[in-house]
Amino acid sequence: MSQPLQAPQKPPFWTIARRDAAAGYIFIAPQLIGIITFVLVPLGLVFWYSLHEWNVLAASFNFVGAANYQMLLADPNLPSVLLASAIFSAGLVILNMTLALLLAVLLDQKLKGIVVFRTLFFSPVVVSLVAWTIVWSFLLQNNGGINGLLSTLGIEGPNWLRTPTTAMISVVVVQVFKNVGLNMILFLAALQGVPKELYEAARVDGAGAFKQFRRITLPLISPTILLTSIITIVGSLQVFAQIAVLTQGGPGMTTTVLVYYLYQQAFQFHFFGYGSTLSILLFVIVAVLTFVQWQLRKRIVFYEN
Amino acid sequence: MKTDLSPRMKTALYGLMCVLLIPFVFPTWWMITSSVKPISDIFAFPPDLWPRRFDFSTYAQVFELQPFARQYWNSAYIAALVTAGTMVISSMAGYAFARIKFPFSNAIFMVVLLGLLIPSEVTIVPLFQIFLGWGMINTHWPLILVPIFGAPSVFATFVMRQFFIALPNELEEAARVDGLGRFKIFWTIALPLAKPALGAVAIFTFLHSWNLYLEPIVFLSSTQMFTLPQALTHFTDAYGGAMWNIQLAAATMTAVPVLLVFIVAQKQFVEGLAHTGLKG
Repeated sequence: MSQPLQAPQKPPFWTIARRDAAAGYIFIAPQLIGIITFVLVPLGLVFWYSLHEWNVLAASFNFVGAANYQMLLADPNLPSVLLASAIFSAGLVILNMTLALLLAVLLDQKLKGIVVFRTLFFSPVVVSLVAWTIVWSFLLQNNGGINGLLSTLGIEGPNWLRTPTTAMISVVVVQVFKNVGLNMILFLAALQGVPKELYEAARVDGAGAFKQFRRITLPLISPTILLTSIITIVGSLQVFAQIAVLTQGGPGMTTTVLVYYLYQQAFQFHFFGYGSTLSILLFVIVAVLTFVQWQLRKRIVFYEN
Repeated sequence: MKTDLSPRMKTALYGLMCVLLIPFVFPTWWMITSSVKPISDIFAFPPDLWPRRFDFSTYAQVFELQPFARQYWNSAYIAALVTAGTMVISSMAGYAFARIKFPFSNAIFMVVLLGLLIPSEVTIVPLFQIFLGWGMINTHWPLILVPIFGAPSVFATFVMRQFFIALPNELEEAARVDGLGRFKIFWTIALPLAKPALGAVAIFTFLHSWNLYLEPIVFLSSTQMFTLPQALTHFTDAYGGAMWNIQLAAATMTAVPVLLVFIVAQKQFVEGLAHTGLKG
C-alpha cells in the first residue's frame, strides 16, 4: 500500500475509492465466505441430495431424480405433518402477537413498579429453553403440578401431553410464554414512539380509548407488527426442542411438526435423501411465507419512517 | 393513552397483571423448589408450593450421573466464543454494508440476507456431511463455526448495519479529512459509538447459542462433549423414566445464573433489545 514516491506524474493506484473498496471487501469477507460455506453451498447440496436415494446405514447413494418428491407427495404422513405445523404456527403467532400487544399496552400505563412487571414478564426469554420446557413437562405430567392444583379446586385435568388436542395446546402455550416477552418489548418500544400529541388531538375530537387504539396506535405500530410477525412465523417453523422434550411428536403424530419429522427421517431413520427433500419443503415454505408477508407490507403498513 | 388512572382502575390493572404473571413466574419457582424436594415428595398431593422436606443431595447427584461441570464449561465457552466471534464478524460486515461504497455491495448484502431465509434446520443434513468430511463430528466446531459465520450471524449483521446507517456522518468525515484509514475509523470512532447495538447483538447471540438443541444432538455423541440443553434431557433412570428432581436441579443450575445476570442488568437487556435496529 506504499505510495509511489518516485513517479509523481503517474496517479497513485491506491486512490481513496480503491482503498475504500478494498477495505469494504475485507470487512465483509468473513461473513460472505461464511454464508457461502455454511448456507449457500449446503443449500445447493441439500437440493442435490434430495435427488438421491440415500440410506446412511445401508451406504446406498443412487441418483433417483424426482423420486423423493413423488414419495413426498405420496407420503401418508405428510398431511398430518403439515397440519401439525400449520396449527402450531398459526396458534403460536396469533397467541403470541395478541398477548404481546396486551402486555405492552399494560406496561405502557403510568403505574408504580411497572419495571418489576416488565422484568418478570420478560424473564422466561433468558431462561434456558430446554430447562423451561423440562419444568413445563414436569408441570404437565398427569400427576404433575397443574393437575394437582386443578384437583385442589375440584377439577380433574386431562393428561395434557398424552391427549392429542391438549398436547398441541401445551406445546404452543409453553412456547408462547417462553418468548412472548421479546415481542412485548418490541411493541412497548413502538408504543412509546407514538407521538403523544396525536392522542391529545383525538381526545379533543372526542375519540374514545378503543377508537384511539384502533385508529392511531395500531396504524403507527404496524411496521413493528409486521416485522415481529415475520420473525415469529419463521421462528415457529423452526420449533424443535420443545417438541422433542414435551411430546416427542406424539401422541401418535399429532405434534410432529415439519422440523421434527425431518429430524426423525434424517437422523433417526437415516434417510438422508428423503430428509433433504423435507428440508427443501421447509425452505420453500419459509421463503413463500416471508415473500407473502413482505408483499402484505405494502398493503397493511400505513406508516414508515 | 398515558392519562393518570383512577385508583380503582389502577387496582384492576395491578390485579390483572399479577394474574397474567403466574405462567411466567410460577414455572421458574416450581423448578427451583422442586429441585430440592426428595423424590417421594415431588408429586405430592396437594402440591407443595414450599418444600415440606429439603433434599439437597439432588445437586450432588447431577455431578455424579453426568460430567456436568465439563458440560457446563462446554456450553459456557462455546457461547462465549460464538458471542465474541459474532460481534467481530457482524460489526465489520454491518459497518461495511452501511458505510463503505464498494462495487456490488448491495447485491452482496442481498446474498447475505438470504441467510435469514434459510434457517440452519434446512441445511442440517449437508452441514452434517460437510463436518463429517472435515472430521469434526463429535467436536464443538460445528456449534462454533456455523453460528459465527453462517445463518445465525446474518441477523446480527443486519442489526449492526441498521445502526451504522443511522449514525451521523460528520465524525467520520472529519477523521477521513485527517487521512485516517478505514480500519482506524471503524475501530476508534464507529465501534465505540455502537456499544448499544453490540450489546443487543451480544445478548441475543449468547441466548441463541446457550439454547441450541438440534445442532448439539445431531453433531455430538459423547457425554463429555454434550452441551447443557442436551445434558438436561439425559437424566433418566435405567428404564428411560425422567429423574425429575435431579433433572430440575440441573435445570436450575443452567437457568438461574443467566436469570441473575438478567435481573442485575435488566435495563440494558430490555432497552438494548428494544431500541436497536429492530424497528422496521
